Parts: sequence; structure tokens; C-alpha cells
Amino acid sequence: MSRIQKVFARLGDEQRTALIPYIAAGDPSPDQTLPLMHALVAGGADVLEIGVPFSDPMADGPTIQRAAERALKHGVSLRNVLEMVSEFRKENSSTPIVLMGYANPIEAMGVARFISAAVEAGVDGVLVVDYPPEEASEFANALKDAGLDPIFLLAPTSTDERMDSVAQIGRGYAYYVSLKGVTGAGHLDIGDVVSRLPNLKQRLGMPVGVGFGIRDAASARAIGAAADAVVIGSRIIEEIESSPAGEAPARVQAFISTIRLALDEPVVESAR
Amino acid sequence: MPAGSQISLLECAVQMADIPYNFPDAKGHFGQYGGIFVSETLIPALAELNEAYKFAQTDPSFLAEFDHELKHYVGRPSPIYHARHLSNHLGGAQILLKREDLNHTGAHKVNNCIGQALLARRMGKPRVIAETGAGQHGVATATVAARYGMKCVVYMGSEDVKRQAANVYRMKLLGATVIPVESGSKTLKDALNEAMRDWVTNVADTFYIIGTVAGPHPYPMMVRDFQSIIGRESIGQMMESFGRQPDCVIACVGGGSNAMGIFHPYIPYESVKLIGVEAAGDGIETGRHAASLSAGTPGVLHGNRTYLLQDPNGQIIETHSVSAGLDYPGVGPEHAWLKDIKRAEYVGVTDDEALAAFHTLCRMEGIIPALESSHAIAHAIKLAPTMQKDQLLLVNLSGRGDKDMHTVAEKSGIQL
Repeated sequence: MSRIQKVFARLGDEQRTALIPYIAAGDPSPDQTLPLMHALVAGGADVLEIGVPFSDPMADGPTIQRAAERALKHGVSLRNVLEMVSEFRKENSSTPIVLMGYANPIEAMGVARFISAAVEAGVDGVLVVDYPPEEASEFANALKDAGLDPIFLLAPTSTDERMDSVAQIGRGYAYYVSLKGVTGAGHLDIGDVVSRLPNLKQRLGMPVGVGFGIRDAASARAIGAAADAVVIGSRIIEEIESSPAGEAPARVQAFISTIRLALDEPVVESAR
Repeated sequence: MPAGSQISLLECAVQMADIPYNFPDAKGHFGQYGGIFVSETLIPALAELNEAYKFAQTDPSFLAEFDHELKHYVGRPSPIYHARHLSNHLGGAQILLKREDLNHTGAHKVNNCIGQALLARRMGKPRVIAETGAGQHGVATATVAARYGMKCVVYMGSEDVKRQAANVYRMKLLGATVIPVESGSKTLKDALNEAMRDWVTNVADTFYIIGTVAGPHPYPMMVRDFQSIIGRESIGQMMESFGRQPDCVIACVGGGSNAMGIFHPYIPYESVKLIGVEAAGDGIETGRHAASLSAGTPGVLHGNRTYLLQDPNGQIIETHSVSAGLDYPGVGPEHAWLKDIKRAEYVGVTDDEALAAFHTLCRMEGIIPALESSHAIAHAIKLAPTMQKDQLLLVNLSGRGDKDMHTVAEKSGIQL
């Protein structure tokens, strides 16, 4: 059982929702990434999604693009991100890490080299935003052979056939983007998301995390009542952006703790 | 085929089916290139577009409407002009110019915009969006949007907005909203990213008109098909005026739409050499250029796998060319494939060589070419003297140079 699967199994037993924050590696500066990762875990994160900066993040909104730009100003590369993961693993051997990013930095390193380096660094899952299932079956198989989980995105507009192909080639969990658009967009239709989750979970046969548009305790709690995990990205990046130098880890930990509390409160009413 | 007649898109497709070259495959791959490298959120939009285009592509009423618009609105067919003065001066092969500069809006870009706008109309999308670098594709999109009564939003890097004020004003005159993009390098690639984001968010009522043969499937194929009017006309015109096909076809390549438009119908004509000319900027050895095929490596950007200008870490690098229309770090995936299978050859022409060719064509033929097209002219000027006088070089003169007056004057140290 992979580290990701273990976390979801444990949380399932405890009837709790996983909390998956996202930060971009190297944002606001490379020396802040490790403290931020530990702060997220201390604040109650179950899995960490670590963004690999890319010059052309087509699927991300302006907030996450700014984070990538800040990281790239410091010259942060995929190799550096893997080094950060290795460092993190020296102190934390239990929290799964999912690298999230775009295909080109991985292809530039070479898929085989990337996969062995990721295993060595202690990465658990990989989500390549611009590898949809039709372009990724070889890559996903190579990840699985190496013991890494290929994570795929699904959207409200994804057909049953697409869910089935993610069920087939994905592993660990699937990441349901809860609204049309890019990361950081508004207008989250919670009722719509919650109503779609049962079919999704059944078809996929793996845990489903929901993200894109979750910004506060209330929306996290409402989604968390139906999803296996909630993913929060842009809101954390905003917290980092607005923090005075050096204070980002403490501020992010305080923020993520409020989400953790909200998720762990017993649900009284329906999510609507 | 009767001399002088232009072969239709449908006939062309049938003709292509008989020969080994039949790309892309059903999933948009040209060998290892092309494909659909996009986020899941874009998949349904692309699937819808693919279905609509699959139908339109062989629908006689759609094709007739397209041809009608090209004839009456664009002013097609564009002539092939024998540049005798220049040819005699060079003393080698005869240089023939396919005059896309005479199209309405002054370049080949409008061919594709009409095709995609007609498709948008069929799909019931009242709003079109586009990305633009120098503004040519933006102007062409704003033009057809006005023609068909569609709402139009054009994304343009804020650096380009500053550099191309006249084109920004043109788009506004035509009723379009121009949105300056402040992210990344604030140029064409960032405008493309932003347009994609708009599309993902507004796909229900919005059609994204991509300006070149790049992007996720079906764009490279669809834009190629709409632009292939250039090559299809040329094949008929060459028979009519010269009784044979050219020895060589030359076109400039940024994203590669004018080149693919003239190359594609010629692919089965094995004796016709195809040469794409990339922007070598200050010289490939300086690193300041936009020659993805000559100096790049394969990777994934903007929805397709193709040759890219990137650093060793896979980050896309900033490009340089005197011609804004060639200033792009990628290239259409079919060009990548034609390079690898050696059906086409790709060479570089520097800023200085392109500028010299610009002046030569102005003086010797009374034609002011776009700086993009000047790259193709420059290569023809190099090549012609090495060939026989009875050989024919067909150059795609993809656009006129009115838009480049400021750039050329500045390079000559003249203030307008």
C-alpha cells in the first residue's frame, strides 16, 4: 500500500476528510519552501501538493502563475524541487507528497530519469496538468511500476468514459476540479459538486479530492462532507503573498488550522 | 485536373488519402508531435470543436460558404506574380510570389479567421476570442467578428500593446475589446495562455480562434485546412501560367500557418522541394532568435508536442525577431513532423537579411512585404542564383508591410 493509500485508508476509518494544501516550490523564495511544508503538516495537512514552477502555466489562474514566476526568478528547477522533497523526508517520513506541474520540465529531464529521481527523493504521486489520460497511459504505467501514484484531474464536464479511463490508469486519488475555469476562480457551486460526487466515487473506485475554488472554512466543510479530500491552492498562495518576510509559514499554518478544524467538526446539516 | 481550376478541400482530402502521408491521426498526432496536451477542463471544449469540425470539413454547404466568403470578402484567388525584375537581377531561378499580401486585411491570416468564425456561427457561439502578438491575427479576428456580428475579445501582451499601438486602435475601430496581458513575458505566448483561460471559463458561448497551426488537436489540422487554400490555388495557377509545378516552395515560419497553408497541398508532389524559413534574429549562435525547428528541442507547450526553445530545465525562453509575427518559442507540430521525415527543410534568416530583402523587394518590384514574409524573400534571394534560369521558386508573400513602417524606419535611423 502506498503512502497515499495508507493516509486515505486511515482517514476513512476515522471518517475524516483529507486536507490537501498546494504551494508552489520556491515561492516566495527557495529557503521558505521547507518551513512552509512543515507548517502545513503542523496545521493539519494530510497530503502536500507541491507545484513545480513552469514558465507557461496555462491551466492556472493569475495567483498560482505569480507564485510560479516568483519561484522562477530564483531559478527553481524540477531538480531543485526534488532536492526540497529529499530534505523534507529527512524530518517527515509519513506525509505523502504529490508533485503537481506541467509536462515540459519532466520531459526536459527525461521521463525515466524523473521517475527514478522522484522515487529516490520520496515523492508519492505525480499530477501532470497537461497530460490528460489519452496522452499519459505510458507515463502512468511507468509511475505505477516505480511505486508512484499517477493522479488525474476530472471536471464537471468529464464524461463517464473519461472517468473510466482515469479509474483505469490513475491511482491514489483523483482530483476533481469543482468548477470550470482556472485555479483561483470564483463561483463555486457547492450543491452541484456534492450532487456529482457519489457517481464519481463509485465509478472511480478510489478517493476523490475536490479543488479549484475552495477558499475558506465554510466551503471546505461543505465540500468535505461529501468528498474524500479537499484541495486548497490559490487561497494559500494569497496568504503567502500577503505575509511579511519570514512570516509566511506561521500565517499559513494558522490558516490551514482553521480549515482542519472545520473539516473535523461533526456535520450536523446537509452540505447544502 | 483541368488547368487553372483550384482543387477543393474535399478533393484535396480524397487525394491525400491515396498517398502514405495522412496526418494527423484520429487523436491529432503527427508522428510523435501534436496531440492534446491540455488540462481536463479543456477536453470537452476541444471534443465539441472536433466533432463540429469533423462534420463541417466534409459538409458541402459549409465548404461552399467558406469559398464564397474567400472570393467575395477576402478577394481570392490571390494571384501568383512573376517577379521578373528581381529574377533577372539575380540571374538564376525565376521568383514567383503568391500574393497573400493582397488579401483583405493584408495577410493570409484572414483565411483561417473566416473558416473558424463560420464554424463558430454553426456551433451557436456568439463570442469569439483570440490571442495576438503583433496584432495581425487580432485584427483579422476583429474583422471577421464585425463581418458576422460577433462579440470579440483579443488578448495581447502588454509589451505588444505598447509596441503595436496602431493595430490596437484598428481592433478597437472594428469593435473588439483588447485586453492587455501582464503575466509572464507580456508577449504572444502569455496572450495565448490568457485566451485559453478565458475559453476554459466561458466555453458555453465562446469560440477560441487560434491564429496558427499550433495548439491542441484539432487546431493544427483545422487551421492548416483553412489555410491550404493558398497551396490549392497555387497548384491550379502554376499549371495555368507555367504548365508545371515549381521546383521549390518557400515560406516563412513562426507558428507556421502560411507555410503549412502553401506546403500541405504540395506534400504529395515529391519533386517540389519545401523550405520553411525561421527567424534567426541576431543569429542563431547569439541565442537571440526564434528558430524553434533549427535550434530547439521537442517538448510540450500550448497543448501540443513540438520543437520548442527552452532552457535545460524545460522552461520556455524568450525569443527575438525583428518580425513580431515570427517571435514565438514553438512551432506547429506538423512542421516538426515534416522536418523529422525530411519532407520539408527549415533554414534561418537573420533580422539583417530580412530587412535587406524587404528593401530589395520594395525597390525592384514595387511591393512592400511584411517583415515576416521578407524572411522568405531573403532565402529566395540566396537560393535563386544557385539555380537554373528555367527553374521556378514559388515564395509565399504572406502579408504586406504597411504595419512594419515604424520598425523599418527605426532600423534605418529615421523618425516618422
